[in-house]
Amino acid sequence: MEYLNLAIKAIFVENILLAYFLGMCSFLACSKKVDTAIGLGFAVIFVLTITLPANWAIHHFLLQKGALAWLNPSFADLDLSFLNFICFIASIASMVQLVEMILDKFFPKLYHALGIFLPLITVNCAILGGSLFMVEREYNAAQSTVFGLASGVGWLLAIASMAAIRKKLRYSHLPDGLKGLGITMIMTGLMAMAFMCFSGINL
Amino acid sequence: MASAAKKLLMDPFSDNNPITIQVLGICSALAVTVKVETAIVMTLALTAVVTLSNFVISLLRNVIPSGIRMIVEMAVIASLVIIADQLLRAYLFDISKQLSVFVGLIITNCIVMGRAEAFALQNPPKESLLDGLGNGLGYGIVLVAVASIREILGFGTWLNFQLPVGENFMGNGLVLLAPGAFIILGLLIWGQRTISKYVED
Repeated sequence: MEYLNLAIKAIFVENILLAYFLGMCSFLACSKKVDTAIGLGFAVIFVLTITLPANWAIHHFLLQKGALAWLNPSFADLDLSFLNFICFIASIASMVQLVEMILDKFFPKLYHALGIFLPLITVNCAILGGSLFMVEREYNAAQSTVFGLASGVGWLLAIASMAAIRKKLRYSHLPDGLKGLGITMIMTGLMAMAFMCFSGINL
Repeated sequence: MASAAKKLLMDPFSDNNPITIQVLGICSALAVTVKVETAIVMTLALTAVVTLSNFVISLLRNVIPSGIRMIVEMAVIASLVIIADQLLRAYLFDISKQLSVFVGLIITNCIVMGRAEAFALQNPPKESLLDGLGNGLGYGIVLVAVASIREILGFGTWLNFQLPVGENFMGNGLVLLAPGAFIILGLLIWGQRTISKYVED
């Protein structure tokens, strides 16, 4: 039940894109077509679900204050958490690379469908943001896996619905300056407002 | 030369603004703009990182093998962000708590990566330095503009100074929340693009 609650919260109430603004760049760039939006969404779910537990392990067993005590008791008050950023981004980049190679070997169809989006995910702020939130909120291993999965699902939901709206938007008359980015931001604002209706849900 | 340098520095302010025209670095532009104070601190941190990373990557541009250039760029940027984060924690602890994860997210801020890829890899250090500075400040202008609107409408203050809004002023809660940020930035982009006559198709 606790996990379900966490998942609902990450998908609807505190949607990583609509409430924390993470992953905006690829959201704006790749939401022109529904197919690509869904492909990218699934790639993000995939990578978030893998990298969050991996980064949790890195933080918990290597970098946290006192984490290296298993190596040598004299390391007990060593605090390496300032290395979080660089280790997280390195693990994300290598994870993405690994996922790319595995998909290419065993699921070539999925690999071709995701195509160029996989390498792009390394620089998606939603992935690094997820890891940083995990540290800030002190999730444990299971919680961070659920949080990763649910954040990814929330992101997919946001980008897929935005792509659908933008498809309709192509046929409407807009002032020149508002075309493209301007109207997309305003639509996102309205969507964020709609998602705020979910706040207060507690299971 | 002088005019070329000036163009590099001034172009990102309006005609080639990183946020409104190039569509880079939107995430933090929305998240840290509840108050002008945090927006200014974020601008300083980002400007320092993008200027130095452009400079360093431009110095290294002839020795970086193109196959691993992303990883090299990431390493340079991440080290600079760690320094910025540690400095903020040491001297501006309260504000760094408010910025929370967004200082760390400068690493994946598209402006830093985008300028390194698009400019610093092809140009000498001096030009790259100016380009980084210009883009950092161009980002800052939008950030401070959004933050001013949100803080004035939401709290009736500007940079923590009470404005003469009268006793009956009720803060507008919507502009402080996420939807308000999206809509204000959307309207700002509309205005900016109407003035600079930029049309996206």
